[in-house]
Amino acid sequence: MKKVIAGLCVVFLAACSQQESEPVLKIGVDVPYEPFEFKAPDGSLTGFEIDLGNAVCAEMAIKCEWVVQGWDGIIPGLLAFKYDMIMSSMSINDERREKVLFSKAYYNTPSAWFAKAGAELDVTSPAGMAGKKVGVQRGTVQDDYATKNLPDTEILRYATADELVIDLYGGRLDAVLLDFPVGESTILNGDKGSEYGQAGAMLQIGEGVGVAVRKDDAELKAKLDAAFETVKSNGVYDQIRAKYFAYDIKV
Amino acid sequence: MDNWLDSLLSQNKIFTADTLFMYWDGFVATVQLSVISLLVGLLLAVVLAVLRSTRKPILSWPIYLFCYVFRGTPLLIQLYIIYYGITYVDGIQETFWWEWFKNPFYPALLAFTLNTCAYTTEILYGAISETDHRELEAARAYGMSWWTSMHRVVLPGAIRRSLPAYANEVVLLLQSTSIASVITIIDITGAAQNTYSRHYAPFEAFIFAACLYLVITFTILYGFRRLESRLLAYTRPRQ
Repeated sequence: MKKVIAGLCVVFLAACSQQESEPVLKIGVDVPYEPFEFKAPDGSLTGFEIDLGNAVCAEMAIKCEWVVQGWDGIIPGLLAFKYDMIMSSMSINDERREKVLFSKAYYNTPSAWFAKAGAELDVTSPAGMAGKKVGVQRGTVQDDYATKNLPDTEILRYATADELVIDLYGGRLDAVLLDFPVGESTILNGDKGSEYGQAGAMLQIGEGVGVAVRKDDAELKAKLDAAFETVKSNGVYDQIRAKYFAYDIKV
Repeated sequence: MDNWLDSLLSQNKIFTADTLFMYWDGFVATVQLSVISLLVGLLLAVVLAVLRSTRKPILSWPIYLFCYVFRGTPLLIQLYIIYYGITYVDGIQETFWWEWFKNPFYPALLAFTLNTCAYTTEILYGAISETDHRELEAARAYGMSWWTSMHRVVLPGAIRRSLPAYANEVVLLLQSTSIASVITIIDITGAAQNTYSRHYAPFEAFIFAACLYLVITFTILYGFRRLESRLLAYTRPRQ
């Protein structure tokens, strides 16, 4: 009996030490959020962030494992050591900075103005937008941007992009400022895609999306920043990006 | 005074002068929406309740249907239909109606007015039909016409008796106006939502809004208590 226990202990210790010799980095992700992370028909995880995360892990020469976690519990899960980092389209902001440490941003979707085709709007100047009615989604980076930069414009805040689009079509709004992918799917590819279009150039607003790690994990953050720097410069990032997006989202 | 206020405001990041101004504007919007819709709704309701009590089917049935529809559907749905639904009416943008419906304020006002009108009609109609039949007999014995007995005997009594129920309706409507924020009106709730999304501070933003609603509610209840003690004095037991 004693021998058996001793044997088990040895096996257990060996197992433990083996785990230590090959560390696994666990990554928390909220699925689905197309095209960033979603399940392929065969059930495997895929998407822009999944591919990019795997590329970064390969660059760091660490084995990675994805852990699916709902959005509401994603930061508590990190703090409870269910995984070591979050890579789930989490925008960097001060509120989250109080709980977690962010890597440098690895993508930022552009924002864009949308208005009736042919409407002559000078979206770049506050004076040109004075007296206009502009719709944004409440609490988004676009809301922040419009509130700060367009003091003489009437800014109407909506809970969802759908309601905002109804009011644009109905004529209550002169223009809307949206996350480009949202505007692309709801307006440009919507029923009235031919009557409405993008106004002006795309804008980069906000600090972008970064990887969140625990606050005392500065070592991991440094490693991640270095690995991201490499994949961004050696073409791997652009290759993955081209698979999912027709426009640049690199920062 | 200013220094004292400045130093108080500088102690927190959320309730800056800008935020307080936004809440003040929201307070004004909430009061405007409630007061105007309650006044118009009450005037309409008196007329509708009287017409309904005539028991002429051609008058009372449409009014019954109106009350049934507006009391039987959520106010939020009514607001969505009046605000978003109207934009889908073909050619509405070219008519003069659009000047009114373009702005979120008037559709909200319309929805709240119709809603409170339906409830108030029901309250008043109930009070009218509960009028003591001896009062009506007395009025008839004096040779009063239908109209004279209505405005001299029935309505004054019915209005007095419906005061407690109407006070309730006023408070409920005030709180219902908080849904105006879904159609981009910045009322008290809209100001709270903007503050919440800007500072990620749900407790501070919404508790402050709740306090403002409490202040208005207490004012309304106090007013109605004064009114009731005057108008319903005859129902109190003799001292």
